[in-house]
Amino acid sequence: MIALVLVEHEGGQLKDATLSAVTAAAKLGEVHLLVAGEGVGAVAEAAAKISGVARVHVADGAAYGHQLAENVAPVAVDLVRDHCDYFVAASTTTGKNVAPRVAALLDVMQISDVIGVEGPDTFVRPIYAGNAIATVKSSDAKKVLTVRTTAFDKADHKVGNGVIEPFAGGGDAGLSSFVGAEIAASERPELTSAKIIVSGGRALGSSEQFHQYIDPLADKLGAAVGASRAAVDAGYAPNDYQVGQTGKIVAPEVYVAVGISGAIQHLAGMKDSKLIVAINKDEEAPIFQVADIGLVGDLFKILPELTEKL
Amino acid sequence: MKLLVPVKRVIDYNVKPRVKADGTGVDLANVKMSMNPFDEIAVEEAIRLKEKGVATEIVAVSVGPAKAQETLRTALAMGADRAILVQTDDTVEPLAVAKILAKIAQEEQPGMVILGKQAIDDDSNQTGQMLAALLGWGQGTFASKVEVDGEAVSVTREVDGGLETLRLKLPAIVTTDLRLNEPRYASLPNIMKAKSKPLAQKTPADYGVDTAPRVETLSVREPSKREAGIKVQSVDELIDRLRTAGVVG
Repeated sequence: MIALVLVEHEGGQLKDATLSAVTAAAKLGEVHLLVAGEGVGAVAEAAAKISGVARVHVADGAAYGHQLAENVAPVAVDLVRDHCDYFVAASTTTGKNVAPRVAALLDVMQISDVIGVEGPDTFVRPIYAGNAIATVKSSDAKKVLTVRTTAFDKADHKVGNGVIEPFAGGGDAGLSSFVGAEIAASERPELTSAKIIVSGGRALGSSEQFHQYIDPLADKLGAAVGASRAAVDAGYAPNDYQVGQTGKIVAPEVYVAVGISGAIQHLAGMKDSKLIVAINKDEEAPIFQVADIGLVGDLFKILPELTEKL
Repeated sequence: MKLLVPVKRVIDYNVKPRVKADGTGVDLANVKMSMNPFDEIAVEEAIRLKEKGVATEIVAVSVGPAKAQETLRTALAMGADRAILVQTDDTVEPLAVAKILAKIAQEEQPGMVILGKQAIDDDSNQTGQMLAALLGWGQGTFASKVEVDGEAVSVTREVDGGLETLRLKLPAIVTTDLRLNEPRYASLPNIMKAKSKPLAQKTPADYGVDTAPRVETLSVREPSKREAGIKVQSVDELIDRLRTAGVVG
């Protein structure tokens, strides 16, 4: 059995999500990788060093520069149709964009957001925002999966010895083009791979206060900054901060929830964190039902004191 | 241009789902059902495009049981012009839904199909992308802004790192994210008017689509529970606990 994993990369660097996807794929068979992009020689070299990788297929060209699904999916389809039994992508916005397109072109039902591999055709996945966990069995000959990265350890990426092979894809499908991006540059760790996350909710009251109170604590802890949907909807934090069912799913060592009541959609995104700390003025807030350490009080007093004393 | 907007009847957003005792699924008997929230956003976006003069007609589609008519009536009350119910009591997986929608799109020739990015029951996040693949169209997924200009549409997408804007040749697929718009409530007069708007009844067989499932659900269980911990009384006590846990030095 061969599992093809879609490699995610940015600025010539592998993304951690790929390392988790490789761990999941290794449970299914020999791991091959697809690196699609423009000028991705260095990414391919780095990808070849991921533990357990046998082959790295490289589609290099302008058409793949921004991982447009319309151009990347046919490359994956060509590879899977001829050589592979599985196509695996991380449940990131990139993976979720490309994988269903691959699945439909292969006439396969995708299994989304896999958190466990029980066998070659049997997988565990959350449904209803994580309120239920389903075990499902696929009858498709080839299988397409997206995997939740927090459920799989990151593969070692310094020991592998994969063979790099160029792959000539079909190029530009002529359906879509990249116009631009607003990607927040941050000195802080990335939300989905951070060891500590400090998240703010609507109780922060404004964008200014969000940054004034949350950022110094995050910096003191070397933490990434997250936010609840309510805080993002209110404009206190940008969309890429959102933790929850429809935002990012995180599972850091420590998750500090500040002024977050703990709506079920938020809990779905963070309840697998190892240690949850909640700071909220409402002692009845549902966040305290999942928190390991709770502190009831005014965040505008607690946060400066905590930041100073740490 | 014509817009096609698929909508799904799902458990209401505010209802906490309960796993059935026999582990076969989630109990939907006597549970409030509503339009999938992301689909409401899709309907709203279509209406706004019609109000701007970009779209001329909005066709709402649902694949599901007879009661999905209610969901379609909601879409009609919000402002869709007509509806198609593809009625079946079977579970229809995203791939089969996409195949039915592809057939409808070939008949209706819409300029865009606007879908919710995912349904809040199975959380698959697949149908729009699959439909785009089957039709050979471009896809703007997880949209937070949609601007039609001539023969193309610019879609700003919510991606993990921030925002990304793509330009897609029309016809195209758009899937909605949370911040695209805030859906309107249907007014009482519009709810009354919606009752007389046309609603066509079809079946999957009318479109020649095999809806036999590819994926079998073996079991459904509750997630493992997390126990509540302790409450501390002061910042000093919190820091002590964090030290004990090895979080801070």
